[in-house]
Amino acid sequence: MTTTIEPDTTPAVSFDADPASYKHWKLDVQGEVAYLRLDIDEDGGIVPGYELKMNSYDLGVDIELYDATQRLRFEYPGVHAVVLTSAKDRNFCAGANIRMLAQSSHPWKVNFCKFTNETRNGIEDASAHSGQVYIAAVNGTAAGGGYEMALACEEILLIDDNSSAVSLPEVPLLGVLPGTGGLTRVVDKRRVRKDRADVFATKSEGARGKQAVEWKLVDEVIPKRNWDETVAERAATAAARSNRPSNDSGATGIALTPLQREETADGITYEHVKATFDRGQGLVEITVFGPEGDVPDTVDRVHELGADFWPLAMTRQLDDLILRLRANELELGTWVIRTEGDVEDALAFEKVIEDFSGSDWLVNEIRHYFKRTLKRLDVTSRSLIALIEPGSCFAGALLELALACDRQYMLDGLMEDNDEEGAPAQIVLSASNFGTFPMSNGLSRLGSRFWGGPDDDGAAMAKLRQETSRRIEAAEAAELGLVTEAFDDIDWEDDIRIMLEERASLSPDALTGMEANHRFVGPETMESRIFSRLTAWQNWIFVRPNASGPEGALRRYGTGRKAEFDRKRV
Amino acid sequence: MSIDYSEKIPNNVDLAGDRKLQRALESWQPNFLNWWKTMGPAVPTEDVYLRTAVAVGREGWAHFDHVAMEEYRWGVFLAERNTDRKIAFGEQKGQPVWQQVPGEYRADLQRLIVIQGDTEPASVEQQRRLGETAPSLYDLRNLFQVNVEEGRHLWAMVYLLHAFFGRGGRDEAEALLQRNSGDLDSPRILGAFNEETPDWLSFFMFTYFTDRDGKYQLGTLKESAFDPLSRTCEFMLKEESHHMFVGTTGVDRVVTRAAELTRQYDTEEIGPHGGIPLDVIQKYINFHYSVSLDLFGSEQSTNAANYFTAGLKGRWQEERRKDDHVLTENSAKIDLVRDGVLTQDEVPALLALNSDLRTEYIADCENGLKRWNRVLENAGLDRRLYLPHLGFNRGVGLFSEHHITPKGDVVGPDVWEAKKDCWLPTEADKTHVRSLMKPVYEPGKIASWIAPPTKGINDKPFEYEYVHFS
Ligand SMILES: [Fe+2]
Ligand SMILES: [Fe+2]
Repeated sequence: MTTTIEPDTTPAVSFDADPASYKHWKLDVQGEVAYLRLDIDEDGGIVPGYELKMNSYDLGVDIELYDATQRLRFEYPGVHAVVLTSAKDRNFCAGANIRMLAQSSHPWKVNFCKFTNETRNGIEDASAHSGQVYIAAVNGTAAGGGYEMALACEEILLIDDNSSAVSLPEVPLLGVLPGTGGLTRVVDKRRVRKDRADVFATKSEGARGKQAVEWKLVDEVIPKRNWDETVAERAATAAARSNRPSNDSGATGIALTPLQREETADGITYEHVKATFDRGQGLVEITVFGPEGDVPDTVDRVHELGADFWPLAMTRQLDDLILRLRANELELGTWVIRTEGDVEDALAFEKVIEDFSGSDWLVNEIRHYFKRTLKRLDVTSRSLIALIEPGSCFAGALLELALACDRQYMLDGLMEDNDEEGAPAQIVLSASNFGTFPMSNGLSRLGSRFWGGPDDDGAAMAKLRQETSRRIEAAEAAELGLVTEAFDDIDWEDDIRIMLEERASLSPDALTGMEANHRFVGPETMESRIFSRLTAWQNWIFVRPNASGPEGALRRYGTGRKAEFDRKRV
Repeated sequence: MSIDYSEKIPNNVDLAGDRKLQRALESWQPNFLNWWKTMGPAVPTEDVYLRTAVAVGREGWAHFDHVAMEEYRWGVFLAERNTDRKIAFGEQKGQPVWQQVPGEYRADLQRLIVIQGDTEPASVEQQRRLGETAPSLYDLRNLFQVNVEEGRHLWAMVYLLHAFFGRGGRDEAEALLQRNSGDLDSPRILGAFNEETPDWLSFFMFTYFTDRDGKYQLGTLKESAFDPLSRTCEFMLKEESHHMFVGTTGVDRVVTRAAELTRQYDTEEIGPHGGIPLDVIQKYINFHYSVSLDLFGSEQSTNAANYFTAGLKGRWQEERRKDDHVLTENSAKIDLVRDGVLTQDEVPALLALNSDLRTEYIADCENGLKRWNRVLENAGLDRRLYLPHLGFNRGVGLFSEHHITPKGDVVGPDVWEAKKDCWLPTEADKTHVRSLMKPVYEPGKIASWIAPPTKGINDKPFEYEYVHFS
């Protein structure tokens, strides 16, 4: 009998991890190549109720994987290739643990899948933008999520031992989808013909040996006896293509020091990010604090500051906050996002990123990390509302936070009762808003906002480009379409309150669906398809009785009893 | 132009200290005055003996004086606040009432207020030309009194929109002036408010039957959990009772005169003698009563149920009802026609709230009939006036697909066609009534078709010069 975890008894998830205390991974750096070995501790599940047999994973395993990928990028500039492999004999990875899935609540499953997807996308991002190429050395059976992990790598090497296979057995065995990018990447990235993909994804034993190569499911099969050397060779070849600093350049990584945060029942406070919960209203007020002067004048200074460099520190804190809120605060359905700080300082820091991200590996990493964090916001199933008030610093990169929101409200003028003298709220566009931090659809947030269709001549964006680097006040921001409404102080409080209350009264499911539809316009990419199609279908299947009902495939798996399906196609 | 708020706009909502309201009214008020000049009473007057509400207390709300109508001080008044008031019904029964609009109900509350607010200026527009044919200065004054108060009711609804609904509320307040009765492009929301009031008998019938629907709608909003709406409606109801009075006594006086003429000439055919035959009065009752019933909407309404459950709109005298005020377990009977026979269905009480309100309204309508029939009785006449059957001449709801006679017989379309001229005003009837509509502006004089009132306004005699023309 399986039980379903009630959300309120689920322990709060922490995303903190440290290689010294990994339970499931071994990080082994050998010069330009790092080996990331999966070695799952069966008894190390993040929640009780299942054993992580056959190198199968749960959220805890993925939290460590995410940590490892981040550290490889920031702490190991000399690592040019990463070999993702298993420390277990004949078993690469069996994917997500089925008992874990069967016992999990729907929100837990959805959140788990979203996070694992983001980590896989992050791996591809490292290969594409960090010069840290991932190679899957599949030294045993890779089933389901195990094969999906390999699919996130640039190359898949499969051991040829006449038994190790790659497979996607979710459909035939579990009645669900390979939802961590599997179906999408097979056709989209590996370019497997669709009929073969269909055969492959319904054949529980999968494919091995020559057929796996012929069907492009893997790049190469390697006999057992040559395995280690060949993997090392392939890794060295990949490493040689990298644009990361060479090992003798003296480049040193920066330490991703443990995040400092203060948690109470009513919020989480970091140095640069603060979240205050309003459980009555079902919302969380998030404030991102801008930098306070002290702009580094050299790139060396950036390295010296390391994890304390404001853009990196703020991004790490925001990233952590997003993950925690998503996992632990399901009923805070609206995120109200503000910034506080000096516009000039924010722009000065941004200029450092702009000036050096092409030439300095660390600055480049910071840029891409902020990009990934913004993408997390894009796929967050919460209503995102930006409030742009006097004293805020929605400028350039920080303006992306507002643009990621579903709506933007800007105070026109100052609040009369506030006797503080000051400037009214302003926003500033910079080059950063025109493609430095693309969304998963490949467009900038401005590009998405003003999407003019495939035949767009770019005139609207060209016009906006002319507005960069100057302070735009509320009325003009509304005119330019950069904010939803510009309310003056007389209207502000009431209109914002009513809007937030009204939002909170709507169906959370309908909102999630609506927001996801509005946020992504225009072209699709593999990444956007994973979220818009694969996981959306997966989440539907998860709630269907054929998967999660008492007689459904997911719940019946491993009980010795056969699933009973409602045969109606829907 | 700045406004001296407390002087120009009498109020008890601290207008002088409320920047938000001031700003909203600053742009709205000129548009309102413009509307009044173009869509308000067409007869030019110098001043009119009017009642102005200057405070909510016993003395304050009935201040009489001769005033130029465009200088009428439309004010904003809410009944006194009861700080202990609790929600009386629905899911949130027993909780404190709301002083602000909960975002969850913004759209519904705004809709209710806009619909109510739309009817107020609509009736002014409908009655715009009536002053040209007033049967006496007393009646002309009453018409204008009703008009300025409907104007004030518009202000009351606009106040709510301005004070509680933010920018969206301001837009709706503006739109209340942009829709106009009978306008082809931008008509009033409810159909009944797009017909011109063509004559004074229609005016009296309108104030008796249609304004009474307004009274019942206000009564349900007075129960609202949104306290400012409740208090606004409570105060409006005081003024509304004067409109009922104009209707009741107006019909009463027409009946009185008809009875006099009938006896004098010993015939009901008093048309040639300058009166309105009782038969025609009955047809006007039939018409106005049936179209007013349509304003209650369909018998079964999920909207009404939702409003009730949410606490937005209660039942008539909700707090005097002896049930749980939640109604999830109760049932109610509604009238309908099935297989050609009048019958009743039992339905969930929540869904039958429109029918419930209509039932209360009908009982109230009966009172006027009793009064008018006493006039006939005292005159020694046998004829009696009556309310037609609920299903007669209906355009909305379960009866709208059937033909039912005033007596309550279900008939086919052929019978209906053959008999409807006996039940509803014909062109000839209307032409006759219109032919009687000649203005009588001399103090103390009155038209042939109506009896003078038994007393004047505010202890002034009937002969008093209630209106000065310019
Ligand atoms: Fe009214
Ligand atoms: Fe009225």
